[in-house]
Amino acid sequence: MSSENVRFTDFKSDKQPTWCPGCGDFGTMNGMMKALAETGNTPDDTFVVAGIGCSGKIGTYMRSYALHGVHGRALPVGTGAKLANPDLEVMVAGGDGDGYSIGVGHFIHAVRRNVDITYVVMDNRIYGLTKGQASPTSRPDFETSTTPEGPKQPPVNPLALAMSAGASFIAQSFSSDALRHTEIVKEAIEHDGFSLVNTFSPCVTFNDVDTYDYFRDSLVDLSEEDDYDRHNYDQAKDAILDADKEYMGVLYQDENSTPYHEAHGVHENMAEIPDGAPDGATDLVREFY
Amino acid sequence: MHDDLNWAIGGEAGDGIASTGKIFAQALSRAGRHVFTSKDFASRIRGGYTAYKIRTSVDEVQSVVDRLDVLIALTERTVDENLDELHEESVIIFDGDRTEFSDFEAPADTVGLDIPLKSLAEDAGGAIMRNIVALGAVCAVTDFPIENLDESLEKRFGSKGESIVENNKQAARLGYEYVNDEYADVENPYELETTDNDYVLLNGDEAIGMGAIAAGCRFYAGYPITPATDVMEYLTGRIEQFGGHVVQAEDELSAINMALGAARAGARAMTATSGPGIDLMSETFGLVATSETPLVITNVMRSGPSTGMPTKQEQGDLNMMLYGGHGEVPRFVLAPTSVAECFHKTVEAFNLAEKYQLPVYLTADLSMAVTERTYEPDEFDMDEVEIDRGKLVDEDEISAWQNEKDQFKAHAVTADGISPRAVPGTEGGVHMSTGLEHDELGRRTEDTDVRVEQVDKRNRKVETAEEREDFDYREFGDADADSLVISWGSNEGTIVEALDYLDDLDVRVLSVPYIFPRPDLTDDVQAADDVVVIEANATGQFANVVEHDTLERVDRINKYDGVDFKADELADEIKQTLEA
Repeated sequence: MSSENVRFTDFKSDKQPTWCPGCGDFGTMNGMMKALAETGNTPDDTFVVAGIGCSGKIGTYMRSYALHGVHGRALPVGTGAKLANPDLEVMVAGGDGDGYSIGVGHFIHAVRRNVDITYVVMDNRIYGLTKGQASPTSRPDFETSTTPEGPKQPPVNPLALAMSAGASFIAQSFSSDALRHTEIVKEAIEHDGFSLVNTFSPCVTFNDVDTYDYFRDSLVDLSEEDDYDRHNYDQAKDAILDADKEYMGVLYQDENSTPYHEAHGVHENMAEIPDGAPDGATDLVREFY
Repeated sequence: MHDDLNWAIGGEAGDGIASTGKIFAQALSRAGRHVFTSKDFASRIRGGYTAYKIRTSVDEVQSVVDRLDVLIALTERTVDENLDELHEESVIIFDGDRTEFSDFEAPADTVGLDIPLKSLAEDAGGAIMRNIVALGAVCAVTDFPIENLDESLEKRFGSKGESIVENNKQAARLGYEYVNDEYADVENPYELETTDNDYVLLNGDEAIGMGAIAAGCRFYAGYPITPATDVMEYLTGRIEQFGGHVVQAEDELSAINMALGAARAGARAMTATSGPGIDLMSETFGLVATSETPLVITNVMRSGPSTGMPTKQEQGDLNMMLYGGHGEVPRFVLAPTSVAECFHKTVEAFNLAEKYQLPVYLTADLSMAVTERTYEPDEFDMDEVEIDRGKLVDEDEISAWQNEKDQFKAHAVTADGISPRAVPGTEGGVHMSTGLEHDELGRRTEDTDVRVEQVDKRNRKVETAEEREDFDYREFGDADADSLVISWGSNEGTIVEALDYLDDLDVRVLSVPYIFPRPDLTDDVQAADDVVVIEANATGQFANVVEHDTLERVDRINKYDGVDFKADELADEIKQTLEA
């Protein structure tokens, strides 16, 4: 399939999603598929990795090469795949539990490595698949079955974590704003390095606080802020640490960062190997004289 | 009895023990002598004692023995630690100028050579070379031509400049001359013959690393852990020359998932760790197996459980590799039985992983990982390396494996249990793989029939492998003997050497490198009058497997004090067990 003829529906599988009607994940996934198609990728050259949770099901509903892995470890899988074959478009999907709780260690190090992959996190501030427990991004007073009085601890700020780890691309989107979400994911794909897109993806079943209405009313779209410069580190820092407002758009981008494959000279498709030991292997034996 | 020499240097960690030992081992190897080294951590006293031991002979050597002939003692404690192994012809080299040796007297019956190592080293250019002075003295004591040291010194210090190399050569000569001048009257029982043979000298971790590159491994992810780190350090800087890459992951969870990702993308990938790392990798191990991803997981075992004795020998992880992880899913377990076999079995592990699309545990242990051993270079003949990628399909073969909707059946149910494998980038091969139970397309299912079909299909790969592969044991000793000795992994060399100490007791030895699938030992066990299984663990994990397979009880020799088996000691135990 040549990339000119690819439409976003080519990235859609024939499986009907089992997400709850109205789930934000529908919009998040649609934007991902559109962005992949509009950036010239094909299902044959795309590798989607997901972990566990509602977000983890995305590989089933999309059509591409994919791995649905264990909880919290999608980023290392994506990292390995991209390094093994740099020609692949690698997109990693996760949720706030998968990425910022069980997988937060990998998140920090994936950001540091700056491998050229795109990480879309469907952040609904709740554990949906296990029916409504607190997530690392839940509000301190958000009452759930396991936190009857709320977690009583500050939520993780994923954008700040990314920034502190030296991220080269930090963005935030909203699943229901299809146009902007798609644009932002496209920019993330086109960024040469690790890209974080934290996507507010409301859970209509278990979260009655962080709702469509809440995000629609409160999110500030940075594309409409004329004096916002995504390349300005200090401005980005202020926006990311702003306790009063939440932003949508590309908060920070360093287009001059050195992606992993350049820093380490990893350019070859490692899947291609000779039928026997590689040329020069005998030199390895000679070293032991 | 043996025309061999057992040599050691011992002192405090940080005394340059390992590098001095390596220099001498290389010199011996270059002089055409066989070498078998061990890092000696045996310790009755707590603290930083460490020693490097070399056994060398013109004949092949593959074990340590309970005898020490020449000892460089950098501390008095080194002598105490080795008292049991010293004998009346043992030579102890020490520096009487050191305060702690001021009242030192060599144990009765041994020969103590008091040599001013530090002051001679200073004469040569610096006190740091005192170990090299001692090596020069060793050359004199063992009648080993000192020129043989020069090449090793060049290899070790060449990068630091010509003058450093020359200073070291001079330091060695000062030690050599000191012995010849001051101890000319001491009778010298040792003479290290040299030959024209060319040997290579390497340890098990290096052999695994070299085998991985030979086998086409291009991606390695790992997290440093003793005693597996040497695999990663070997690959770093070398695998890149073959288009590969090493990633130091943030933890073992990440390491195995990175390797899994690379393998899904089509690379031959590996991670290496030790027991605690295998614990952490267990969840993903199940995913690798269920998603039918070819992956080599190297486990260089050390003493457990938990943090255990991290720098000590043990073969305690066999149960974990055979049975670890929730649910049931096939995996292969290979346990190379010597340093050279570490190379060969690594190559085989990569082929098996791709042919049967499953995780392969390749297990060595601390003893074999750090042991350096000499071989003929032909042992590692790269022209003999064969690569078999199994049912990896390309664009042209895809259509045969698509359903009526042109969807690729990555988990097609086949007669041999093996499905076609398409890697990303292959047109028409798009599919998802998952840790969920899945249908032929890789999609989640809880359909009872499909579940059973997929479980059976995965298990069928084992039956197929048993039919197609030669999972045999290695045999030594007397084929007609009534007594049978069985071992797995690194004990082989010690057992083979122990045969020389068994006097008139004849035994047949089976050394098993395939733990799963494994050779059927039923006939061998039933034909023998007595059977003993030797392994470095407390509960006899392999002995249990043998009993399970053969429905016969076996005797056991278990060692779990963290110290390597020694050939002469082991021979005594075999005699006691079989004659009991």
